[in-house]
Amino acid sequence: MAHLNPTPVLEPLQDRTMILNMGPQHPSTHGVLRVLLEIDGENVVRIMPDIGFLHTGIEKTCEAKFYQQVVTLTDRIDYLCPLTNNLCYVLAVEKLLGLEIPPKAQWMRVLLNELTRINSHLVWLGTHALDIGAMTVFLYCFREREDILRIFEMVSGQRMMTSYFRIGGLALEPPIGFFDRVRDFAGRFPSRVDEYENLLTGNPIWGMRTKGVARITSEDALALGASGPTLRGSGVDFDLRRDMPYSGYENFKFQVPLGSEGDVFDRYIIRVRELRESIGIVRQALDGMPEGPIKAAAPKVVLPDREKMKTEMEALIYHFKIITEGFAVSAGEVYQAVESPRGEMGYYVVSDGTAKPYRVHMRAACLANLQTLPTMCEGRLIADVVAAIGSIDIVLGEIDR
Amino acid sequence: MALTSPITDLEQLKSHPAVERFLQWHAPAVKAVKFDRDEMSITLDRAHIREGCALLRDNQEFPFNYLSDVTCVDWYPAEPRFEVIYHLLSIPKKERVRLKVRLDGSSPVIESITSVWAGANYFEREVFDMFGIRFTGHPYLRRLLMPEDWNGNPLRKDYPVEGYR
Repeated sequence: MAHLNPTPVLEPLQDRTMILNMGPQHPSTHGVLRVLLEIDGENVVRIMPDIGFLHTGIEKTCEAKFYQQVVTLTDRIDYLCPLTNNLCYVLAVEKLLGLEIPPKAQWMRVLLNELTRINSHLVWLGTHALDIGAMTVFLYCFREREDILRIFEMVSGQRMMTSYFRIGGLALEPPIGFFDRVRDFAGRFPSRVDEYENLLTGNPIWGMRTKGVARITSEDALALGASGPTLRGSGVDFDLRRDMPYSGYENFKFQVPLGSEGDVFDRYIIRVRELRESIGIVRQALDGMPEGPIKAAAPKVVLPDREKMKTEMEALIYHFKIITEGFAVSAGEVYQAVESPRGEMGYYVVSDGTAKPYRVHMRAACLANLQTLPTMCEGRLIADVVAAIGSIDIVLGEIDR
Repeated sequence: MALTSPITDLEQLKSHPAVERFLQWHAPAVKAVKFDRDEMSITLDRAHIREGCALLRDNQEFPFNYLSDVTCVDWYPAEPRFEVIYHLLSIPKKERVRLKVRLDGSSPVIESITSVWAGANYFEREVFDMFGIRFTGHPYLRRLLMPEDWNGNPLRKDYPVEGYR
C-alpha cells in the first residue's frame, strides 16, 4: 500500500500531556472517525478529528453519470437517510429544469422523508444510548426501525438504498395496502416513544451523563456552521422545513423543538420531540394525501409508463432516448437545501447544458457539525467525548462522501 | 414554473440587500451579478472576499449571518479557471446569496474566511484537497479527505475519473 502515512500527527504541547488515539475502529465513533486527543490525566486538552477513511469520490463519479443515474449515488452518501438525499438532489435538478411536481408526489415525498427522519433518529438514539451505557434502548429502537425499513421495502423494493424519488416525481405508484401499513405504524409509534423516554428522560444516570455536558453557545454553533438539532439545541430557532419550505412542507403544521442549554441532554430531548413531530406530519400526509399522477408531465425527462411504451411509438422513443442519451439540462446552477435529520443538507448542482452534471457538490451537515466537537469537548473528561460524538449524530458516509 | 432567462444587469438588481451593501461599500469589488432560478449570485474581486463576507455578516439591517458552504468549480480549460463559491444564509431574513470569485489556474490563491466564520475551516480544507486552491491565513491548511501523500487534486477536470494508474 502506498498511502500508509499516519496523518495528521499531533505533538503534545506540554510535558505532562499525552496523545491518545481514538478510532478509526472505536465502536463509539459511529463508523470510521479517528479522533486524536491530547490528554492531561483524564482531561482533554486538545481534540482533533481526522476524517476521510470512507471517502469514495462520489462528487467526481457524479460528473461521469447522466442526471438520472446520480439518484442512485445519492443513496450511498448518508446511508441512514437515503430518501432525504434523493429528495435534495431531485429538487435541485427539478429547479434547474423548471419542472412542476404533481401534489401527490410532493406529499408522498414528505411522508417518506419524515419516516426517514424517524428511522435515522432511532438509529441515533439507540447507538447514542449504547455509547453511554444504556443497552436496552438500542433493542427497542431497532424494533421500530425494522417496521420502517419494511415500509421502505414495500414501497421501493429496497430496505436502505431506496432511490425511490426520481427527477420529475416518484419511481412507482405506492402499492396496495401501503397507506394502511403506514397508518398502523403511525398509530402505534407514539406509545413506543413513551417507552424510550421512560427508559432515559427521567433516568438519573442518563441525566448525570448528559446534562451540562459538551455545552456549546448559540454564537459558537452559528460561527462553526452547525445546523439541525445541534444548532437548535443551543436555542437558534431555525428549521428549513418551516422557514424555507420545499416540496410542499408549507401545507403541514408542526412544532420546531428548541433547547436552551446547548448540552447533550438538550440535543437528545430535541430529537426525541422531533420523533413525535415527524409522526404528526406523517399522519397529516396520510389524511390529506391528494389523488392524481405521481410524475410530472415532461415526457423528455420522465420515463413513460410501461403500458404506454407497448402501445405508443412516441413513448418508446422517449424511453430509448432518456436511457441511452439522458436529457439535456439548460446551463445554470442551483443550490437546494433540505432539513435532513442531521441539519442542512445542501446540493449544489452546476449544469453546462449537457446530459451530465458539470459539478455536483453536497453540503454535508455532519461535516460542519463535526467542527463543533473541539469547542464542546476541550477541558472536559474523555468520557464526555463519547457522549458529545453521539450527540452530534454523525454519519461518516456523509462526511467523507 | 417555466424557466425565465437570467438577469445579469446590475441596474435591475441593485436593490438586492447584498448587492446594495457592496455598492455602498466599494462598487468596483462587484464584478458581475446574476439572478437565475430565484437565486442571487454575486461575483466579487479576489482581493475583497474576506472583507465582503464580514461586511454581509455584520450588516445590521440584513445580516447574512450563516455560512452554509464553500466549494469550487473547475472550468478547465477556460481561464480564469477556478470559481470558488460561497453560499451564505441569512437566518433572520430567510434569504440566501451566493458569492463567487474567479481564480487563475497559474496561481489559485485566495484569502481564507476562517477569521469571519470559523466553520469555513473544513470547507476550505476540502477545496484545497480537491482543487489545490490555497487559502492564505488558514490556520491548518492540510488535506482533509485524501491521504496526505496523494498525488493530484481529484476534482480538477484534468484529473481522470478513474484516477492515475
